[in-house]
Amino acid sequence: MRYLELLQLAAPEAIVVITALAVLTIGLVTGRRGVGATVSVAAGAWNAGDTPATPPASMGLCSFVAALGLAVAAGAVLQLPPHATLLHGMLVISPLNSLFKIVCLVLAIFVVLLARSEHSLPNKGEYLAMILLATIGLLLLVGSEELLMIFIGLELTGLSLYVMTAFDKAHQSSAEAGLKYFLFGSMASAFTLFGLSFIYGLTGATALASIEQGLATAPLPPLLAAGIIMTLVGFAFKIAAAPFHLWAPDAYQGAPVSAAAFIASGSKVASFVVLGKIVLIGFGPMHGSAAWHAMAGGWTPILAVLAALSILIGNLVALVQKNVRRLLAYSAVAHAGYTLLGLVAGGREGFSATLFYTTTYALTLAGAFGVVGFVRRENAGDDLSDFAGLSARSPLLAGCMAIFMLSLAGLPPLAGFFGKFYLFSAALRAGADYGLLWLVALALFGSLISLYYYLIVLKVIFADESKPIGFADHPDFLQRLTLSLLAATVLLLGIIPGTLLTRIIASFS
Amino acid sequence: MIAWAIYLTFAGAVILLFLPRGLARWIALATAASGFAIALAAFFAPGADLAHFATIIRVPWVPALGMNYHLAADGISLTMTLVTGLIAVCAVLFSWKVESRPNEFFFWLLLVVGGSYGVFLSADLFLLFVFYELVIVPKYFLIAIWGSTNKEYGAMKLTLYSFFGGALVFIGILAIYTTAGSLDLTQLARYQFTPQLQGWAFPVLFLGFAVLAGIWPLHTWAPTGHVAAPTAGSMLLAGIVMKLGAYGALRVALNLFPLGFAIWSKWIAILAVIGIVYAAAVALRQNDLKFVIGYSSVSHMGFILLGLAAANVLGVSGAVLQMFSHGVIGALLFALAGAVYYRTHTRNLDDLSRMGLSRALPFFAFAFVIASAASMGIPGFSGFAAEITILIGVWKTFPMAVWMTGIGMVLVAAFTLRALKKSFFGEDPIASVRRAVVLPNEAVTGAEKLGASLLIFATIAVGLYPKLLLDRIIPAVETMRFLQP
Repeated sequence: MRYLELLQLAAPEAIVVITALAVLTIGLVTGRRGVGATVSVAAGAWNAGDTPATPPASMGLCSFVAALGLAVAAGAVLQLPPHATLLHGMLVISPLNSLFKIVCLVLAIFVVLLARSEHSLPNKGEYLAMILLATIGLLLLVGSEELLMIFIGLELTGLSLYVMTAFDKAHQSSAEAGLKYFLFGSMASAFTLFGLSFIYGLTGATALASIEQGLATAPLPPLLAAGIIMTLVGFAFKIAAAPFHLWAPDAYQGAPVSAAAFIASGSKVASFVVLGKIVLIGFGPMHGSAAWHAMAGGWTPILAVLAALSILIGNLVALVQKNVRRLLAYSAVAHAGYTLLGLVAGGREGFSATLFYTTTYALTLAGAFGVVGFVRRENAGDDLSDFAGLSARSPLLAGCMAIFMLSLAGLPPLAGFFGKFYLFSAALRAGADYGLLWLVALALFGSLISLYYYLIVLKVIFADESKPIGFADHPDFLQRLTLSLLAATVLLLGIIPGTLLTRIIASFS
Repeated sequence: MIAWAIYLTFAGAVILLFLPRGLARWIALATAASGFAIALAAFFAPGADLAHFATIIRVPWVPALGMNYHLAADGISLTMTLVTGLIAVCAVLFSWKVESRPNEFFFWLLLVVGGSYGVFLSADLFLLFVFYELVIVPKYFLIAIWGSTNKEYGAMKLTLYSFFGGALVFIGILAIYTTAGSLDLTQLARYQFTPQLQGWAFPVLFLGFAVLAGIWPLHTWAPTGHVAAPTAGSMLLAGIVMKLGAYGALRVALNLFPLGFAIWSKWIAILAVIGIVYAAAVALRQNDLKFVIGYSSVSHMGFILLGLAAANVLGVSGAVLQMFSHGVIGALLFALAGAVYYRTHTRNLDDLSRMGLSRALPFFAFAFVIASAASMGIPGFSGFAAEITILIGVWKTFPMAVWMTGIGMVLVAAFTLRALKKSFFGEDPIASVRRAVVLPNEAVTGAEKLGASLLIFATIAVGLYPKLLLDRIIPAVETMRFLQP
């Protein structure tokens, strides 16, 4: 193996690593000067020392370097050769992997931009470095077709996200969220690793392609079934599918807004990409069937049950939420359910539907959390009542939120609508004789319920009277640009979905 | 050319958001009027191919999934775009005094109008569904922000019912798409679906569309939604939005699944007759003027469904004619009810009857008499022309239904006359305490006079010369494949 080649093919990851170190250094050198050498800085101290509306210049520098590094990494992805495999699939370059590396990097850039305006966070340099480390994890996840590397990617992403979740030391809820996320997450990782060891034991391979060959001959032995189930548990946790979703509401609500946005967007996209690869390539022969009249053992029925539970539990529990972040968390559970439909359908069409849906969903949620972050700075809260009359205070943010919510509800001409159409048509086509109609009908019923709570959010924003707000914040140019860009993307992907769709489909061949 | 009605309407809606509020209503009026002018020009254009769903524009949209941006028009579409344009103009005229956030108001209003144009002109199933669902959300905002009387409940109920219907339509469209592999309506109209598929997909698809058309027993969103909506909102709902459901049922459900329709048509007729009689009976007991008109809408929409169920040229043509006719009459009734409410702040019939409104607002009284007459089906107005055509058509297929409908028509006359008497021609105001003091600035405005006159002209013109529309509707209906000899 030539190291130069490795460096060349792993250039995006290397660039992000270097950026992370650079950001950490800049943060160390400049960030702590104002507040002395104490490690923990309460938000109150920040407010006393600085006007919250103007972040210190060093924070701007850290964010700038982080965003620049991610952009350069995305550029490096474009320079990669179309196909390459290193170390038996530990690093695989394919059009699909490159496309989703770019998606993950773009999402990370948006999260960095969101984090820029979070003034309550101490040690911004460290926080941004954590975002970058998590991004490396995502790149490894997306770019690998080998179980060990996938597990390393999962752990790197997970550990960085646990730290990010607990980063807001001024708030107890952040620590609670971080701890819950960590405990659930490490438990799920343990299950996954245990499951992977069974798979390895039965097939003697860790590369997905070899696993497929190893499984092709064997019938479904109980040990393999246990292995598959335990592997899927870990991923169900990552994508917050019910009944492994319990960490999500607390993490979404308690974490810093940008951390929650990253958990909901980047981490989810990468998890779906890798889950799709594992089940469709690795476990391919053991797919079974989830068709209504022809259920057969395999991973499809497991995912179908996870999807059905997620859609029902997520939507029903979201109905009664009074906090927008919690509401988004339960709706995320429901959306994980919809997205799983594509994997249940299987095949190229199902996988590309899943990928399209999860990408647009991630963009939408990043935007929604941006609006939440703004409201949170104004009112120091993100309950529904804090959103009252947002349309009078900031028509632009209200309009963006309307686009995000309606896209989540699946209304045209927004990306969520097309995504659902594609997903459901793939599911209906896959099961012979409309076998998956039960799941599609359930998903449609779920989106009917979801429309109610999304409309309630919009009703509060547009129709309710504004209450006196704590602190009038005006989103600066960069914040407005970020959110408008996300909203425009969600709108454009609904009107001309072909731009992303043809790329996804082309990347399969 | 007719496609420009869609583009102009959406362009106008977007432009509105960036203009000062003083200009909002003028831009809205200009947009609606240009849409109407285009619809008129297309409707009266000589030598158009009315019998076939003639393609206007067809460009690939998402080639990977076989979706095209495909617009087409035949006599039925042209009739529906005409009534859409007319009602859009009148709705803007009757919203002339919206003071609260006018830009947003007209933005949502124009989105409803533009989406409706889109539905009537779509020749691609996916495109049609996009426009169909696009209409849902603007209605929610129109009602929840600018509405009255329990507006949040009414808005949410209406939206969830619409979305529920949309979900059923979604399943039907997916079944069509995954079976035939195409979304092109003209191709699908020649595709033979298996009888087994048609047996279950037809009722799902039809019911989905019929929810929006106010089919009994899924009609309950309509009265509450109408009552909660602002004047223009009710006008659009009764005039256009309910027709979207009926149009979708005709263009998609009936025409693509003729065998399924043959199995289920008698059940549609039964539900339609129940709707006609039941809604009329309920309207008789209402004390809120808008509830009366809301239930009368449900009753009149029952005629459309009954006409479709007849499955012959006369019945279906009559149904399309009724879509136009009730669009005009329903919009006029709601416009007048809204204008009266704006001045008196009550819609309670007992309160209104003590105000002697016929003297205070003689123009509205005159217009309301015309609208009531048209609604009751007095010869000379469009309502008569449409309903008699439907009933002649139905007579050949379901003679029993015609008898039952007769009861409904008597009830319609009864509640219309009751509402008319109580609202405008109540007790002598001199004998009782005269409460309605019409302030100078509350006199009937020129905009309202113009809007009402346009609608009155339309109902009388079609009533006296229904051939104007039928000449364009019948050729298009005759090419549909679900007709039974």
